[in-house]
Amino acid sequence: MTSSFPIDRIRADFPILSRTIHGKSLAYLDNGATSQKPRAVIDAVSRFFSEENANIHRGVHYLSMQATDAYDRARERIAEAIGVAAAREVVFVRGATEAVNLVAHGLAERFQPGDEILLTVMEHHANLVPWQILAQNRGVILRHAPLTPEGEIDMDAYAALCGPKTRLAAFTHVSNALGTVNPVVEMTRLAKQCGALVLIDGAQAVPHFPLRIAELGCDFYLFSGHKVFGPDGIGVLWGKWNELKSLPPYQSGGDMIERVHLTHSTFREPPERFEAGTPHISGAIGLAAAFDYLAGVGWDAMHAYEQELLAYATERVGNLGGIRIIGQAREKVGVLSFTLATAHPHDIGTILDTEGVAIRAGNHCAQPLMEFLGLPGTARASFAFYNTRDEVDRLVQALEKVKRYFD
Amino acid sequence: MDDLSDLYQDIILGHNKRPHHYGELNPHTHEAEGYNPLCGDRLCIQVREKNGSLEAAGFTGEGCAISKASASIMTDAVKGLDREGVAKKIGEVLELLTGRDEPVVDLMEHGDIAALAGVRKFPPRVKCATLAWHTLAAALSEEPRAVSTE
Repeated sequence: MTSSFPIDRIRADFPILSRTIHGKSLAYLDNGATSQKPRAVIDAVSRFFSEENANIHRGVHYLSMQATDAYDRARERIAEAIGVAAAREVVFVRGATEAVNLVAHGLAERFQPGDEILLTVMEHHANLVPWQILAQNRGVILRHAPLTPEGEIDMDAYAALCGPKTRLAAFTHVSNALGTVNPVVEMTRLAKQCGALVLIDGAQAVPHFPLRIAELGCDFYLFSGHKVFGPDGIGVLWGKWNELKSLPPYQSGGDMIERVHLTHSTFREPPERFEAGTPHISGAIGLAAAFDYLAGVGWDAMHAYEQELLAYATERVGNLGGIRIIGQAREKVGVLSFTLATAHPHDIGTILDTEGVAIRAGNHCAQPLMEFLGLPGTARASFAFYNTRDEVDRLVQALEKVKRYFD
Repeated sequence: MDDLSDLYQDIILGHNKRPHHYGELNPHTHEAEGYNPLCGDRLCIQVREKNGSLEAAGFTGEGCAISKASASIMTDAVKGLDREGVAKKIGEVLELLTGRDEPVVDLMEHGDIAALAGVRKFPPRVKCATLAWHTLAAALSEEPRAVSTE
């Protein structure tokens, strides 16, 4: 696969990949935090501001109609790319965090004291804290599925935690700290058997493999644009039409209303109901351009290349003395988390940076997971389809430098 | 890279490997917990004050080499000082680490503290080095409380 994947051409599409850091060429292995942007996305955003910028859903003038059309088409292109039939089920939000907050806010009134929300211990803070606040306000009980030592959801425990009081199950598709791909179809099936609503956090999944969201069986699916090679400040909340339609507004103001009187108003249907004020028009256009670009690269080829790269990195890093790979799930994407016996992740991160190798060190916004694993944090190399074996080799060389200081 | 060697000097690496006064200090008169949410460093500083001066200081917790070494160096540096002396020492170190002007580091005057100055070239790591000192200040303030560097 590696030989046929046009990696040089792909890297040339990402201007930032050719820059240097501390005099060394950049090896960007922090894609779990945010991804780099291809020229196609940068140009789409730049072209919008240079040639098409106007507010949407307002003007009768040409530019406004053109901008409205571009925004609406972006929604349609994204709906098609993520495998959902109706563009009206795609709500533009700021990112995955806002999407979870929107749903938690909208569902809050439905919960009664004693109801349960089922989460997992591997969730990102964004899929924990909004539910904690809801739970405190409504007297709801939070349950958390534990993990196996390999970093997979303990499915027996998960099945046992699904019960008649489970009103909602929320879980990540892919762990940002471990790379575990969760069996989301099975988890959804179990939760649905109990009559629960299901929300899936796809922030770490969408950048790595092709998705047909409508086929997963869940009620809500969400992700951030900036992790999938699009702009920051834009993301997607997808919801089944009837579920979206049953949610009250999240923020209110212009654009989300039908009729406004002095004392009351009526609200539009989704998605506009949840997009109060002028939306992130250029962001939506940039995100659609990102999906167009990815379709051009080819999702299957991209995924196969990345999986081979992750296997190579796992082997090379794993062979270094004193390294412990954190997260050994059978199915993983994108993430290689590890600790070094002699050096703290933060020290690893600093030394790697001096070699131009960018990784993340710390708790990865998953403090409960780190506590569950009994670790203060990990060093995390996270990959995209533009990374190379050469960059993995440089990661290994930089880790050898860390060991020279600390071993 | 020279900057990196300045950061991870032998003095720092030595304190990291074999920290001084690591462990619970019993009995102690003051303690505080310091936390750096960005990286998860967590230190507990305990001191024993007797007749107006610090008879002993100790620390426990999890952290990177810089935060551990800084805490270790601190427990040496504040031993025997009175309140005024501790406050002065904390002020000096924070100035050394975060002051606008490049400090004049005098090995004779600063001792192992001088080794901490290498962190100045690594802005994201300055908080690692200051954590112990902020936490000590909190421990000695009238109402002991958890401090955060964020």
